[in-house]
Amino acid sequence: MDKFIKITGVAAPIPLINIDTDMIIPKLFLKTIKRSGLGVHLFDEMRYNDDGSEKPEFVLNQPAYRNAEIVVAGDNFGCGSSREHAPWAIKDFGIKCVISTSFADIFFNNCFKNGILPITLPQEQVDVLMKDAEKGANARMTIDLETQEITTSDGDVIKFNVDDFKKHCLLEGLDDIGLTMEKTDSISKFETMAASARPWV
Amino acid sequence: MTAPKTLYDKIWDAHVVSEDNDGTALLYIDRHLIHEVTSPQAFEGLRQAGRRVHAPDKTIAVPDHNVPTTLDRTDGIISNEESRIQLDALDKNARDFGVHYYPVDDVRQGIVHIVGPEQGWTLPGMTVVCGDSHTATHGAFGALAHGIGTSEVEHVLATQTLIQQKSKNMKVEITGKLRPGVTAKDITLAVIGETGTAGGTGYVIEYCGEAIRDLSMEGRMTVCNMAIEGGARAGLIAPDETTFEYVEGRPHAPKGAQWETALEWWKTLYSDDDAHFDKVLVLKGEDIAPVVTWGTSPEDVLPITAYVPAPEDFEGGKVDAAARSLDYMGLTPGTKLTDIVINTVFIGSCTNGRIEDLRAAAEIVKGKKVAEGVRALVVPGSGLVRAQAEDEGLGKIFTEAGFEWRLAGCSMCLAMNDDQLAPGDRSASTSNRNFEGRQGKGGRTHLVSPVMAAAAAITGHLTDVRDLM
Repeated sequence: MDKFIKITGVAAPIPLINIDTDMIIPKLFLKTIKRSGLGVHLFDEMRYNDDGSEKPEFVLNQPAYRNAEIVVAGDNFGCGSSREHAPWAIKDFGIKCVISTSFADIFFNNCFKNGILPITLPQEQVDVLMKDAEKGANARMTIDLETQEITTSDGDVIKFNVDDFKKHCLLEGLDDIGLTMEKTDSISKFETMAASARPWV
Repeated sequence: MTAPKTLYDKIWDAHVVSEDNDGTALLYIDRHLIHEVTSPQAFEGLRQAGRRVHAPDKTIAVPDHNVPTTLDRTDGIISNEESRIQLDALDKNARDFGVHYYPVDDVRQGIVHIVGPEQGWTLPGMTVVCGDSHTATHGAFGALAHGIGTSEVEHVLATQTLIQQKSKNMKVEITGKLRPGVTAKDITLAVIGETGTAGGTGYVIEYCGEAIRDLSMEGRMTVCNMAIEGGARAGLIAPDETTFEYVEGRPHAPKGAQWETALEWWKTLYSDDDAHFDKVLVLKGEDIAPVVTWGTSPEDVLPITAYVPAPEDFEGGKVDAAARSLDYMGLTPGTKLTDIVINTVFIGSCTNGRIEDLRAAAEIVKGKKVAEGVRALVVPGSGLVRAQAEDEGLGKIFTEAGFEWRLAGCSMCLAMNDDQLAPGDRSASTSNRNFEGRQGKGGRTHLVSPVMAAAAAITGHLTDVRDLM
């Protein structure tokens, strides 16, 4: 997995609430058996007209935001389906961090498996960052995972929380499966215990 | 004396392999269900790392999202090339790695969340995961069940465990009795209407109360199925005689002495009297009406007797969201919900594709005809549900009324197969999501119960089913 340590980049404002995973990546792109190549379809229905041309009003189609690496979004981002295609599309586009007042549980976990940092902040702070993001390409934000700080284009600093284990994995780019396989003995021990306690399982 | 525990606490504690100081736990997974959409990349990951499936005996594969539901599918023709590749990939992965598998031509095939309980794979007190958010369904058995992403699918395949942080406990109590025409679907939608789609985020919900106890297993599965729509990680209902009666005799349920041992443990699976819940919601069963969604979020719920709301009826970010929803749905504030004309009816999905759902819908449909200009589909949740419905004469009731009577699959719930809404189509649907484009690009979805969907099919507009009873 790619590491996430510190990024400085343009933040795209998407102030909608309840952005669901069908909006992030519609189901017709779920038929792939690969993880890559989904960035072009990110936010497909909001981003493109039926003839495939771009909708100029959509934020990621605007020149200032075409290379955005951060998204600041409304409440309950990533609700709906468990499809990991959503964070795959986000990552493939080049976005490495999403900031909102809340995230759907499965989406939130999926982000960490893909080197994306989802940051949850109170409404007032998301409002500040939304305003900062609206300034466009000259307003670059810095996200520092090590210090757990966001620095706005004005130099204001906002602290954020992140789970220690998830932070460690992102900073080091660790593969969960590799970590768990080091615990094979504990798993075997559990299986022996469970086989006698609940043999029907 | 140990501290009082919730049902969730008990199941969690029984599955912790190891726990770190910060509360990050390695949780053992008893059942891993897989389907064709969220598993190919996970198997590819296993192959690349040279890993095997840790517990193939606890892994169950069923194709459901992409499968055609038309009667000619047994000819082996799948028009969409990408769908075929995905189904072929599941077939190959299931056989190569030796997991339990119900292929498309097996009568037991169906929607994974219907097949699991039907075959007795889902049992009380288990941990159940699947790369699918509606895994919450299995919580109806008092199993801790939730959706996971593909990276986690790979993690479970490789290790039979998941790295988890414990959620908080929420209790949703539905007191008293439901009124006629009100179903499990109305309960679960009404709860989401109260909590909002993010109200359950960070929680595992335990549903309880007389109205929940009175539900059949089918109804309980409908309630838990949509826990995820309220943002919860999982929904749970404590197992009781209704549960045990449903489970007993299923192909993979324990038998003989093991049944007795299992039963003994299952009967301890309830929340202790003084157990702590971080959040509690109480609704009166008799206050719940048949409901319908008007917008593009499952929280956009109103009783069928209400009117389409206006954006200014809301606050905060919901004002813009409501305006966007109304525009997408092509609805004018102040319109009576029962005046909304539909042209499609979909009865099926992991929410409402079980035998009881079909019985209830058939009861409304019997002897009547689908309204002119309405396309109506009934898609049983599994091949066995379909067979049983035919035995009971339900298939005939639907076809005589003008419904299409299909083979099992996810069908129009998510439009990954040929069953889709065209732009501007408007459906009354028993599925679980009314998101923009969910049932087909530009399609407009009103979520309802099976009896409400049946009523809409007969009249051609959203209808209060109580008027037809």
